[in-house]
Parts: sequence; structure tokens; C-alpha cells
Amino acid sequence: MKVLKSLQDPRYYQVIVLSLLLSYGVLALDFGIHWQNAIAILLTAQLAQFVGTRAANLDRYDPLSALITSLSLTLLLRTDDIALAALAATIAVGSKFLIRARGKHIFNPANVALVALMLTSDNAWVSSGQWGSATLSAFALACLGFLVLTRAKRAETTIAFAAAFATLLVGRAMWLGDPLSIPLHQLQNGALLIFAFFMISDPKTSPNSGIGRTLYGALVAGVAFTIQFVFYEPNGPILALIMLAPTVPLIDRLFSGHLYRWEQPAAKPPAHIKGVT
Amino acid sequence: MRILVTTLTAMITIAISTTAQAFCGFYVARADTSLFNRASQVVLVRDGDRTVITMANDFQGEVRDFAVVIPVPTFIERDQINVADNTLIEHLDAYTAPRLVEYHDGDPCVRYRQYEMMSSDSPAPAIKMGRQQAAQSLGVTIEASYTVGEYDILILSAEESDGLITWLTDNDYRIPKGAQRVVDSYLKQDMRFFVAKVNLKEQSRLGFANLRPLQVAYESNKFMLPIRLGTLNAQGKQELYIYALTRTGRVETTNYRTVKLPSNTELPEFVEAEFSDFYRDMFAKQTQKENERAVFLEYAWDMAWCDPCAADPLSADELRRLGVFWMGDQQQGRVAPGQAQNVFVTRLHVRYDREHFPEDLVFQETGERQNYQGRYVIRHPWKGETSCDATAYQAAVRERQEREAQMLANLTGWNIDDIRSKVPWMNGQAPEPAPTPWWKRIWQ
Repeated sequence: MKVLKSLQDPRYYQVIVLSLLLSYGVLALDFGIHWQNAIAILLTAQLAQFVGTRAANLDRYDPLSALITSLSLTLLLRTDDIALAALAATIAVGSKFLIRARGKHIFNPANVALVALMLTSDNAWVSSGQWGSATLSAFALACLGFLVLTRAKRAETTIAFAAAFATLLVGRAMWLGDPLSIPLHQLQNGALLIFAFFMISDPKTSPNSGIGRTLYGALVAGVAFTIQFVFYEPNGPILALIMLAPTVPLIDRLFSGHLYRWEQPAAKPPAHIKGVT
Repeated sequence: MRILVTTLTAMITIAISTTAQAFCGFYVARADTSLFNRASQVVLVRDGDRTVITMANDFQGEVRDFAVVIPVPTFIERDQINVADNTLIEHLDAYTAPRLVEYHDGDPCVRYRQYEMMSSDSPAPAIKMGRQQAAQSLGVTIEASYTVGEYDILILSAEESDGLITWLTDNDYRIPKGAQRVVDSYLKQDMRFFVAKVNLKEQSRLGFANLRPLQVAYESNKFMLPIRLGTLNAQGKQELYIYALTRTGRVETTNYRTVKLPSNTELPEFVEAEFSDFYRDMFAKQTQKENERAVFLEYAWDMAWCDPCAADPLSADELRRLGVFWMGDQQQGRVAPGQAQNVFVTRLHVRYDREHFPEDLVFQETGERQNYQGRYVIRHPWKGETSCDATAYQAAVRERQEREAQMLANLTGWNIDDIRSKVPWMNGQAPEPAPTPWWKRIWQ
């Protein structure tokens, strides 16, 4: 029974899907991932989680979320510098313990690390084109399957983001008189899918209420679109998420809902919640 | 004690040169001359939001028939346009070209050594007033017209694309079908159009036989290359070479996959005579493998050096003439060979058409400074007299020759038997073919 119960934690599925994506990227698509960086990210993230757990006096050390953060960072962050990789993991996990409001952390860990490094260093970047578009339908199915399996009840953020972003792209193409192949090509982007299914969907950093999450997803899509197609800067979604994360406490104040717990994704909230996972 | 004798290997480099035939915009030919637009070479110098673009072509045909329409992200003034020398791009092409290198085996009796693969200006003649007024009534503003070198340059903006298209048609330019939609889309994205045609008088006065590359310097957030117009009148797929010169590191596309071509592989000796065929077929095969949707990396290197060099690195002066505007920051004089030049070159090669490349190419500069080159190796076996029993060496060479043949078949899709028949096997003796598994004979 205990095993079954622990498998309810959607993070196990997340670890499996991210690991599969990573293996596919390294073996089939020849991503330029340095294994030294991957190890540095993995170890530093766990160390930071351990130190944070001790410092915050939490009951137990939970390696799962830090593992997921490591996998996301390994998938998205590109750098030649192993120290930057380790720094990314430290910023990511550290931000969970240090930047908090209303009982939860504000920034998605991998997101805040990516943006911090991209803005301050010439040696860190995200290769958003590296997934290509050939195998993306299979990729999208895997992501969708993951969504249905694990947290259908918290899927509003992803759905609202994807719908709003697609609408904006198609609307832009119609206004410009461009063929639909252009917005379709823009949507067939592996990095965009990882963002939509594994970053913006993070239940710990998205609003507590359904309506709040829908609003949040749509807002992120709007800002991402503006960054990419009005200011012509790359990595619109990743930058938009960091800019809008501070609005989550505000959205939570406007629309009340349940705080998320990993172990009981579909359950009613318990009376008292403690822990940073 | 054995004395180690290192045989110096003669290393030669053979550069294949690319053929460039057109710009990334579309050619507009006067009268009925058939439009020809198949390949182009573009140098993009980029740092911050400053870009200098150089576009080269070897237009075949009457120069009076030559004209090109190029979308540019901003309004451009006279001083932002320049005409460069063809030699600059030829040098850059030679320096970055995929290369074939060769090694000679030493005398196996002295020492059989595996060589490791190294990784290693005149005032513009104003357009006649009548023409200007006619243009305005079509909703087209000729924002400026200049003569730069042998080119007459017109910078247009238009409220409506049909105005621009009508104006171009009225002025005897042939416009490909479907251009209006694309022009309309670019206009809504605040792009300006830049038309260049040859001023025959200036051309004969200057005495240039070939058309020289046009250069434009502009400031814009957009780090991109408009390719959509070029796909309209193309006969089949087009070849495009992009040389990016940046301060920080390698350049890649953000909306298409950037893929490294297979490199540092050993190939049969006869490839020396067929290197162009090899490269063409290898490129075609790799393009197919990526579903015709990838941009290929052919070279990424710090401009200060090369190994092996297909040509010398470009000098500080050449780089400045290509638009590397930060060169002046360092020092005025020339940079000594081997000295860091603070310039990283990326050579990208893309074969594109409208179906597989619906969008313009968008780039980003990455922090990666790891060197990469398209490098192919042939190794000549020792053919001199041997003073000892060289059977083991000969067997090893035959195995190597078989491996090279397999590799070549793999990369190009050439028939393995054809390849084997061309290999000058050691002692004229091919290796024993692998025995057919016994079960294959049962049901034949």
C-alpha cells in the first residue's frame, strides 16, 4: 500500500519523462550536453537541497524535486563552464528556500537559474531550436500523456498558456497574411513544449485556484509573445515566466484556492502544511 | 634500445570552393531573361544590436538584367551602404571550407605508428520627378536613391504591397508569383525594401567585370535573414552559406535545428580525386537524414588560427572591411598572426525551400567557443621497400581500407561494391569478404 501511495506522487512520472527526453536528446539528436555539467548539476542540486533542508529545519530530506530541477537544467541550460552549471543548480534550489511568499516559493527553480545566468553571463544560453520538428508529434503525445496521468486537475496553466500562445501566433500570421505553415512551425518547438509541460505547469509556483492558473497561463503567453515578436528577443517564454512569477501571490489573494502538496495531487488540502519540496 | 624516429607527415589541404549564385532576396530580371536564383553567400557581422551584412553573388548573365530586392529591418542612409570586394568573401570561403587532409604511413619496419586524428561615390543621380510622383500615387515612397559603386540603390517603403509590386512591374522588374503576400507581411513588420540594380555607366567606368558584394550596416534587435522572397521564384532548392562573425561564440538558428556535419572521418584514398562529389553527396545524404529541415554547421573557429589551414585566417584589415566594427577598438595597426583577434567565425550551410523552411532564419549567438571543422582524412599506406616481414602491417592496412570504404558508403549512400572496386587494396588483395551466415543459405 505504501508503494502504491508513493507512486501517486506525480514527480516519479516527471523524472521518468524528463530522463527519457534527455536520453533521446543526447543519443538521437546529439545535443551538446557535457556529462561533467550534468553530474555537477545533479550533485550540487542535491547538496543545496540538503543544506536548505537543514537550515529550514524541515522534517525530511526530499531528493525528488531537486532531481527534477537538475533534469530540467541539464535539458535546457547550455554552457562550456562547469562552474556555471553548478552555480545554476545552487541558484535554482537555493531560490526555493530563500525567495518565498504566502507559504510557497515564488520562482520556478530551473527558470530562475536559467534567466539569472543568461542575463549575467555570455557563457550560458538555451538552444531552443535543437529539438527540430520531425519527431515532435510523438514528443507532444508523451507530454500530454504525462499531463493526463499525473495532474489533470492542475493542467489549467499549461492549457491556458498553450491556447493563448497558439492563438496569438495564428492571429499574427492572419494579420500579416502569412501561410499557416509559419505559426505551425513556430509551435513545433521542443523547447516550447518542455516549457509548457514541465516548467509553467509547476504546481508549487502557479496560483492556487483554477481561475487564477488560467489567467496566469494566458498572461505568460502574452508577455512571451511580446518579447519574441515585438522586441525580437529569443527565449520569450522563459523570460515571461520570471517576469510574471511575482504576480502569483497577488493572483492568489484575488482568487483563493488550495495549496498544492506533491504527495496528494488530487486530494483536499490538509489543515497544516509544512515543508519545501 | 630502439630509436624512435618520427616521420614528418606531409599534410596538404584541399579546399573545395562553394558556388554562389544569388542573394537571399529574389532576383528581379528585366525583360524576359529567365530568373535564376539558386545559391547565395552572406556574411553576418553581429554584436549587440549592430549588424553588418555582406551579400555576394556570381550572377551569370547580362549585368543589365541584374536587380535584386532585399528586405531590410530599418531605414538605411547612404553611408550605411557600401560595396565590398569579392576577394573578401572568397578568402572567408576558402578559410572556412570543409577540408580534406592526407597522411602518409611511415615505413612499417622503422616504426608503424598510428597517427591520431587531430581534433582537433558619386552623388546619386536623382530619380526624375515624374517617376517620383508616379510612385507616390501608387502609395510607394522612394525614401532614397543612391549610386554606390556600380549599383543604383533605391530604398522603398510602401503603404500597401500592391503599390510596391505595381511600381516594380511598371519599372520592368519581373516579380515572382506570390511575392505580394510576402512583401505585404514584411511591410507590416516595419521592414523597408532595398532595390539594387547595375549602373552600367558606373560599372564600365570602374572597370569591374564581376558584380561586387553589397554591404549594409544597420542597428536592429532582429538577428535574422529574410529568405522567404528567395523561395518564391526558386527552381527547386536553394543553397545558402552564412558566415557569422561575432565577438563571443558560435552562432546557431533558434527556429531550426543546427546540426554538425559528420567530420574527422577517414576515407578511401581515391576520394582525393572525387572530393567535390563526396562532399555534395554526403551533404545531400545528411540533409535527407534531418528530414531536409536542418541548418548545418561546417566550421566554427576562433579567427586567430586554424589547424590545418585551408587558407590563412583573415587579416585585421580584411575583417574590418567585412564590417567587424569592434576591430578598431583594439588597435589601429595590423594584428600579428596567431594573436587573438576577438572574432569567432561560424559557417552555416543550408539547403532550403518553402515547404521545409516556411519561416525566415532567426539566429542567436551562443557562448560556445569550442572549435569545429569539416575535416576528412585520407591515409596513404607505405609503398616503399620493406626490410622486414610486413604482413601484419599489410593486414592492418587492408582492414583499415575496408573500414574506410564502409564509412564512405555510410556517409554518402554510394554503393559499397563500387567503392570497393576503386580502392587500391594493399598488395592488390581485397580482404576476405565476411562469410555469409549459414542460415542465409538454407531457404534460398
